Amino acid sequence: MLKLENVSFQVLADDDKEKEIIRGVNLHLPAGKLVVITGPNGGGKSTLAKLIAGIESPTGGRLFFRGEDITEKSITERARLGIGYAFQHPVRFKGIRVPDLIRIAAGKPLSPADACEYLSAVGLCARDYIDREVNASLSGGELKRIEIATLLARKPALSVFDEPEAGIDLWSFQNLITVFQHMRDTIEDSSILIISHQERILNIADEIIVLKDGRVDRRGSRDEILPTLLGTAAAIPGCGRIQPMEGGGAQC
Amino acid sequence: MLKLDEIQKRLLREVADLHTVPEGAYNIRSNSQSAGRQSTANIEITPKTDVSGLDIRIKPGTKNESVHIPVVMTESGLKEIVYNDFYIGDDADVVIVAGCGIDNCGTADSQHDGIHRFFVGKNAHIKYVEKHYGSGDGAGKRILNPVTEVYQEEGSSMEMEMVQIKGVDDTERVTTAELAADARLVVRERLMTHGEQRAISTYAVALNGKNATADVVSRSVARDHSYQKFDAKIAGNAPCRGHTECDSIIMDEGRILAVPGLEANDRDAMLVHEAAIGKIAGDQLIKLMTLGLTEQEAEEQIINGFLQ
Ligand SMILES: Nc1ncnc2c1ncn2[C@@H]1O[C@H](COP(=O)(O)OP(=O)(O)OP(=O)(O)O)[C@@H](O)[C@H]1O
Ligand SMILES: [Mg+2]
Repeated sequence: MLKLENVSFQVLADDDKEKEIIRGVNLHLPAGKLVVITGPNGGGKSTLAKLIAGIESPTGGRLFFRGEDITEKSITERARLGIGYAFQHPVRFKGIRVPDLIRIAAGKPLSPADACEYLSAVGLCARDYIDREVNASLSGGELKRIEIATLLARKPALSVFDEPEAGIDLWSFQNLITVFQHMRDTIEDSSILIISHQERILNIADEIIVLKDGRVDRRGSRDEILPTLLGTAAAIPGCGRIQPMEGGGAQC
Repeated sequence: MLKLDEIQKRLLREVADLHTVPEGAYNIRSNSQSAGRQSTANIEITPKTDVSGLDIRIKPGTKNESVHIPVVMTESGLKEIVYNDFYIGDDADVVIVAGCGIDNCGTADSQHDGIHRFFVGKNAHIKYVEKHYGSGDGAGKRILNPVTEVYQEEGSSMEMEMVQIKGVDDTERVTTAELAADARLVVRERLMTHGEQRAISTYAVALNGKNATADVVSRSVARDHSYQKFDAKIAGNAPCRGHTECDSIIMDEGRILAVPGLEANDRDAMLVHEAAIGKIAGDQLIKLMTLGLTEQEAEEQIINGFLQ
């Protein structure tokens, strides 16, 4: 489905020095798999997602989507090929209403009932959002859910979710997991790439990749990687966003 | 009874959403002639005798009725000044739809200057909708210079929706309002200019009575080489609340000047002005592009939403 070959991304930092945010990443995401990328804050996860969606262009390496070299392709072209990206920080729009955004995402006229279905799937009572604008009046969690709903409506072959759980309350968490599993079951051969710090999301991964300092630090099946992450301070320094398991050491 | 050609009918749809003769009171002005007029038991429309225009009298207590007074012009080179006076009785609650559509395929300028005065009685409620629209590819300009004067008595409210999205080359709009105690004025202006167009919109609102409130909000988009000036002044002459807001998107070589003006002449006047001018946010474009839109399609969606 998706292949990254030695992808790098450098920027000119404020002090005029080259800063390498992604350093020679190789990655292969097979069709039908759910892969979770985790790793410390600032490790380069969102940057990698933006490189996949075409929002940033790599300074080195190549990207392939379903065998086709997409390195030079624009955001729009990649979206049309079947790459979807739910932002870590969703964008607000004055005047664009929630169903309008879902309709744009679907790329075709949608009945109000269809639009409602996508909203209900992410735990929003559709009736309450039909006339709401995607503007500053929405709460952070509402915005995040609408962002996820746009990908549900879009049905991309490859969905990239950047910290979809951020701001979503615990009560709704299980629904979110159901959403990913449902996507996987209903969009044929679709792959899902989730950037997350949450144990419960890591728990549904076929494969886990740990990205650190712009490099793939480790990768492997859930059973191989998860134990190395839990209860150690190694992967997520600082604030302990992964809940320690019973008996696990404190993280901070 | 209406004798309108296809272009005139299209203009009517654009400016007043009219597909057939409206219900209620109306006057349709086409190329400086009345193409149809109807009064009702409560709303009387009579032509002025000294100048071109109408007197519209709405009886006190009239509820749930509407008045349509659209104007269409299709002859190149027409220039007209029209005076319309609205006398709105106490406690009336009506919708007034004005609007002017100019189609100019000729080389001479077409110009309509509508001078509207509203005398709003005590506790009356008015919703006023005014759309301006131009079409036709002649070199002659489409010019509209509306002047709106609003006099609101105690407890009255006036909601004004002013829209000019397409095709008007030059416009100078002046709106003044004087509010007595407990009167409320809400203005929603939506404006888009393109090409070499120029639009100037000036508001002067005087809050003269206790608890009078005014909320004047303009959303606009300036594209190509167009120029806009938004000049909104609110004077608080009593304990009152006033708010003006200008929120603009600028594109291409467009230019926008926003001139906030607040004048407090009473210690208990609360006045706020907000103005923001900027180009379309890059992350908005990017988000819509990740949903499969081209940059241009994304721009259109953002602007349509912004101006809706
Ligand atoms: N355009 C840029 N210019 C300079 N530095 C940048 C730029 N984009 C990202 N960075 C830096 O690159 C690093 C990686 O950022 P990125 O957002 O990819 O991290 P992340 O792994 O998603 O972190 P988090 O878990 O906090 O979301 C950070 O140190 C960030 O400040
Ligand atoms: Mg990130």
